[in-house]
Amino acid sequence: MVPITTLHYLVVAAALFVLGVIGVLTRRNVVIVLMSIELILNAVNLNLVAFSRLWGLHGQVFAIFVITDAAAEAAVGLGILIAFFRNKETVNVDEVDLLKW
Amino acid sequence: MTPVATPFFFYMLSGLMIVGGLLVITRKNAVHSALALILTLLAQAGLYLMLYAPFVAGVQIILYAGGIMVLFLFVIMLVNLERMQKEKQFNKQWLVGLAAALALGAMFVAVYVKGRALFPEHVVQLPEGQNTQSIGLMLYGNYMFAFEIASLLLLVAIIGAVVMAKKRI
Repeated sequence: MVPITTLHYLVVAAALFVLGVIGVLTRRNVVIVLMSIELILNAVNLNLVAFSRLWGLHGQVFAIFVITDAAAEAAVGLGILIAFFRNKETVNVDEVDLLKW
Repeated sequence: MTPVATPFFFYMLSGLMIVGGLLVITRKNAVHSALALILTLLAQAGLYLMLYAPFVAGVQIILYAGGIMVLFLFVIMLVNLERMQKEKQFNKQWLVGLAAALALGAMFVAVYVKGRALFPEHVVQLPEGQNTQSIGLMLYGNYMFAFEIASLLLLVAIIGAVVMAKKRI
């Protein structure tokens, strides 16, 4: 069997990244769009940790910072979502069109 | 210490990850999506363990699967609407979005096929069992400024979430 190299991890991370992008671009439900953003961030984290096998621990430290950012982003995003739901009774992205001309 | 059955576990965990990701973006019910995302995150923690990153794996399970996903599930229950599952799940530009995402995927394939030689195969031999210690030393040494900024960011996020979710803004 082929030994598992860094490239294998990068391919898995790229597949996960593309899945996340598809979710962000096509879904209507804001909650699922936020979850797709988490998928994208996780794909990046997998890349960082896979490269940290080659170039020391900096990648893992950066992955921890990315996880911190993901937590902050989820908290603020879901807060915005609750405020929006209270005003418009919907969580669909294509109904958030106040700024659309 | 030589790893045991690495290819099998790699393929199993990455298969679970991809299946979980597919379920996240295709399920109608947001709760099902959240559960599939938890599956993805746990499989990814397993991949971190295979990459000798036990601290990141622990943070992944505690913070992501334990913290962020609970937040997601609470918000899903707060904004749950029965009629949302009956209406369309994909927006009008879904075809364009899919094409753009697949173009991105093709770009990844091209980069990885052409740049195969750019990814070296040597592996840094880190001392066993010192992962957490070294990360702690780096966080409080080299990356101290970034660490403090991250704590400030979390403070801003806490205040922002509370203000945003209040009844009257």
